[in-house]
Amino acid sequence: MPASKKIDLSYFPGCSLSTSAHENNLSLIEFSRKIGFNLIEIEDWNCCGSSSAHSINPGLAMDLIARNLFMAPSDRPLLVACPNCILRLRETHQHLANDETKRREYENLWNRPFNRNLKIIHFFEILEDIDLLTFSKNRLPGLQGLKFVPYYGCMLARPFTLRHEKNYHDIMEKALSSLGAISLSWPYKSRCCGTFLSVAKPDIITKVINKLVQGAVETGAECIITACAMCHLNLEVRCTLKNSIPTIHFSEILSLALGESEHHSWFQRHLVDPRPMLEAKGLI
Amino acid sequence: MTTKHFKDQIIDLDDLDSSFPKEVIQRSGVNLNTCLHCLSCAGGCEFSNNMDFLPNQMIRMVQLGLKNKALSCSGIWFCVGCNTCSIQCPMGIDISTITDVLCQIALEKGIVVAEPHILKFHEEVLNSIKRYGRTHKLEIMFRYKLYKKDWFSDMGVGFKMLTKRKLDILPSKISEPEEIKKFFQKNRMDNYAGQ
Repeated sequence: MPASKKIDLSYFPGCSLSTSAHENNLSLIEFSRKIGFNLIEIEDWNCCGSSSAHSINPGLAMDLIARNLFMAPSDRPLLVACPNCILRLRETHQHLANDETKRREYENLWNRPFNRNLKIIHFFEILEDIDLLTFSKNRLPGLQGLKFVPYYGCMLARPFTLRHEKNYHDIMEKALSSLGAISLSWPYKSRCCGTFLSVAKPDIITKVINKLVQGAVETGAECIITACAMCHLNLEVRCTLKNSIPTIHFSEILSLALGESEHHSWFQRHLVDPRPMLEAKGLI
Repeated sequence: MTTKHFKDQIIDLDDLDSSFPKEVIQRSGVNLNTCLHCLSCAGGCEFSNNMDFLPNQMIRMVQLGLKNKALSCSGIWFCVGCNTCSIQCPMGIDISTITDVLCQIALEKGIVVAEPHILKFHEEVLNSIKRYGRTHKLEIMFRYKLYKKDWFSDMGVGFKMLTKRKLDILPSKISEPEEIKKFFQKNRMDNYAGQ
């Protein structure tokens, strides 16, 4: 493993990773460290307002997000793990860059200049141009033969205002294939998981999730790999199929593939424990 | 979609508000007049089967100025903002921004909300943010159940989530929740506190 100096990145974990999907958070930090990035959580970050503030009160949503943007240190990029939080942060950053009145208002409130050049990057972006094999033990592919389907949920569809920004098609497939895993195609990789409707409309979401998981099972996949903690939660808690397969966070499987990891403490938090399958494949 | 929609689609001319299309276009910044009614949006939407009106039908109601009908439909609350419809729209119409604006106008005008459970969930999320600066899922779920007076459905899921420690018992808080409370006051959302 290359022993070069680590690159510091500010880190916005968001509520899902820091309060429920701890295994996603911990594996993301561990994996980032393994490939040379040091994630430094923004001190005292707050919730981005999620879909709720965005739907009901956009003014409140903007205030909540702006607080985070103004607290992010100016000397390093801001890495965001949650596909929903990053859209909100980027939209507001773009809005403030173009709206002088609003920008002044927040600059006065927070008593510091707006950082127009703040780079807000998704976790996927640190994987670009990296040969993951160089970081794995003895340069061996750590996921040899693992059959998976990638699940992006809604993260490949972006709001209209961000239509010109970078997109993430095939990142999971490329990264995991480079480590020996086999990506299978299925029709549901970018179908919405239903997010918050899971609480108010459990019956509707159960149908949607069962259709997704059944689709994955029919491809012969051994697991579903997710890039969003919300998707992961819905796939796990709303699936009522008897023949379900494990759902694994992208960050967990990446970290596991590079050897030596804390995966037992992560996997024991899963409703469908992936360890029997991974053991049978000789991957743990 | 079922045939009941067609019966409901009879246009009542007394219900027209000619200023409504302009209001929605202005607030959303979205030109919904380019809609071709091709139904690509409905085809891509995972939840259109559960809506009383399809996304393009909501747009049509706005175009015609059917204000009350547009504001009281369930689809505006079912929309989770996944943007699938927008990227499938050949005219690039930002549909989820329109549904958000319709939800906001419905609340401002005191229109009877078609999906009160979904609204209640949003309110509990905002309550949690107001209290802690972050969302506390266990409390959100608890308060939502309290409102629904429904303790038994989903018990299995709740139990599994607790045993797998997917729901933290204690909230994660920011150091100065007062800062966040000021945002709620500024945006006239303080009435959501402690309901």
